Amino acid sequence: MTAINLQWSDRSILLLRQAAALPARLVEPLMVVLQKVLGVARLPWVFLLPNLVVIALFSVLPVLINILYSVTGSDNLYPSERHFVGLANYATLLECQNYLDPSTCSRDLFWRAVGNSLVFVPVQVAVMIGVALLTALILNRRIRARAFFRGIFFFPVMLSPVVVAMTWVWLLQRDGALNGMLGSLGFARVSWLTDPARAFKWSIFVTVWAHMGFYMVILLAGLQSIPADIYEAAKMDRASPWRVFTRITLPLLKPVLLVVFILAVIRSVQTFDEIYVLTGGGPGSATKMIVHYIYETGFAVMPRNYGLAAAASLMLGAVLFVFTALQMKLSRGGRDA
Amino acid sequence: MRNAAGATIRLALAVFAVSISFAAAVAAQEISVQGIDADMKILVDKFTKENPGAKVNFRVVSYQSILESLPVQLASGQGPDVSMVADWGGLARYYLNLRPYVDAKYFEREFAAILPPMRGEEPRGNAINGMSGSMTLNGAFVNVTLFKQAGIALPGANATWDDWAAATRKVAKATKTDMAMEMDRSGHRFASLAISYGAKLVDENGNFVADEGLKTAIRKFVQWHREDVMPMDLWGAVGGATHRDNFQDFLNGKVVFYFGGSWTLNKMDSEVGDLFEWMVPDAPCGTSSCTVMPGGGAMVAFKHTRQPRLAARFLAFLAREDNMRAAIGNRVSIPVATTLVETGVEYPGASAPLREALASFTRQVPKIPPAAYAFQGWRYQRAALNSMTTRISQVLTNELTVDAAVAYIKKDVDLAIQAARK
Repeated sequence: MTAINLQWSDRSILLLRQAAALPARLVEPLMVVLQKVLGVARLPWVFLLPNLVVIALFSVLPVLINILYSVTGSDNLYPSERHFVGLANYATLLECQNYLDPSTCSRDLFWRAVGNSLVFVPVQVAVMIGVALLTALILNRRIRARAFFRGIFFFPVMLSPVVVAMTWVWLLQRDGALNGMLGSLGFARVSWLTDPARAFKWSIFVTVWAHMGFYMVILLAGLQSIPADIYEAAKMDRASPWRVFTRITLPLLKPVLLVVFILAVIRSVQTFDEIYVLTGGGPGSATKMIVHYIYETGFAVMPRNYGLAAAASLMLGAVLFVFTALQMKLSRGGRDA
Repeated sequence: MRNAAGATIRLALAVFAVSISFAAAVAAQEISVQGIDADMKILVDKFTKENPGAKVNFRVVSYQSILESLPVQLASGQGPDVSMVADWGGLARYYLNLRPYVDAKYFEREFAAILPPMRGEEPRGNAINGMSGSMTLNGAFVNVTLFKQAGIALPGANATWDDWAAATRKVAKATKTDMAMEMDRSGHRFASLAISYGAKLVDENGNFVADEGLKTAIRKFVQWHREDVMPMDLWGAVGGATHRDNFQDFLNGKVVFYFGGSWTLNKMDSEVGDLFEWMVPDAPCGTSSCTVMPGGGAMVAFKHTRQPRLAARFLAFLAREDNMRAAIGNRVSIPVATTLVETGVEYPGASAPLREALASFTRQVPKIPPAAYAFQGWRYQRAALNSMTTRISQVLTNELTVDAAVAYIKKDVDLAIQAARK
């Protein structure tokens, strides 16, 4: 019986191999011709072509279209119906008497959004990495229900940002669950989202809550890649936990931390959906970030100012490009090391 | 044999030609129509029955699609032949002038108030750009039960916004109700208050007007928030152009006076029933008028249609008195056409409070001043509405003063016009 099974198994493997080889056989004549025509050195470009086409269509072309919109005016959608305005849209965005006082700028809300982002990004990234690292360190220890807690902390990452934000709106609104709990304990209700400072803090909290799990997983993987014998040696040397953390864990985790840092900064600059649903950029303009400004200018406000939105998004893109290049360089450096 | 083959080819060609011409004839009698109300299908079926050979492909779309997708479709030369539109004046450049195809005098008589705003940047032209059987109106809902419990008399027919603020504050205090007054976070709702206080908003040349009326309205509105007459949860909690409403508060008896609109009437009837007594009062007055903003959808045909006659015939059919009367009666909405406003509409199946509320809304229609219609049909109305919402919220959170906010609103709208014309 076993022999028959083996025979069947061998046959099916053989069949599968033949089936897998079929496409290669079919394209072989074409490859031979291409190799003759292009030469061996140019042949890799043929294999790269499908990817290059996809990247050109879905990455390069939109950027080029964006550039085209940023140098044209009018509320018409068709590029052929738009007029060339040169760098006027960029000039409008940058026109400011005092960059520290948005009210002196031609587009004050853009500069308020820039100002908010300049505070939001460092604070949110610092809190995000701090909490993610702390959680990863705890979950890297042999604690009870470790797998369960890892799942729990990662769970918000899988949720839609809109779902996350709506959940927090229901918790934080005037008649929300948080005020309900406070009320049942005899405390007065608190306006969590109507005070600008509080709304800003909650925006940071909600975005950290929603994305922390992602960074925690990366850091956890980094922690697990540190050889255990180094810790054992430190234990034998009676090194204190703080010394172990600062002299072993942190230095060895540095390449991973750098990648996490860059990813967190890029994500933080791009923050939109959670805050848009949570506060709509308010109260006033207290939580308006750059992407929110771009969305409102290009899509929510009539007549739609595609040119200004495109110019703002390209400026944001330039900032993100710097961070992405940095991330690529650092990750390459980490790999080389 | 050769003859037989030739005859077969000729026959095939003839059949092909006939089928092509038949298809063309069918296509010549076909239009696509979109709306947000499934009840319109009844009228579509009636139209096709009365017009044999005419085919109307009707589809129901979301209101969001009308607001966001339709302008993009029209900008790219696509879209249906006939559609409901919400931005009356903003899309006027795409409308088909129905004048050559319909009884112009009938349209001018019945839709006198809404034809100018539907002309966009040429309100004084003579184009007939569409029709609207029914409209929505901004308006207040008052919890009468709370007034009775507090033993406070309801403000009268010509009560001002200040009268309502004072009365509802007393009622909220006496009955320990959470809030005295609430207003949707919407520039359109705020425009009712502004026009009541004399804000012109748009002048004859199509430019935005930031006048003392607008300033007064913002000052009062901010003052009511500072005095806790209105909660910060709507205008004070969100930023930008985000729309937000808390009508649920009124349904749950948590607010004495809610300024929303006629579209929630059915909700009131079905969800409140006889849980508490409610009413729609006359439009609160300002120093200039007692008015609310008109709104809602209008039906229009587009220039790109290949069937202008059929599209116009369909709109003329919708504008027929019997059809408007039936549609408004079924939908429980507010009439626009002069004859229907004057003679009233029967609402079979509507409850007594609902009928009373509808009558109250209908009574406001003749009071709407030209400024409200002019603003409603202005091409850049959305720019003004969005800016008002954004800037007033900034005043509420102390980012701007009232004067600065008004200056910013003016600047925002002017920049929007300039960018669109650039």
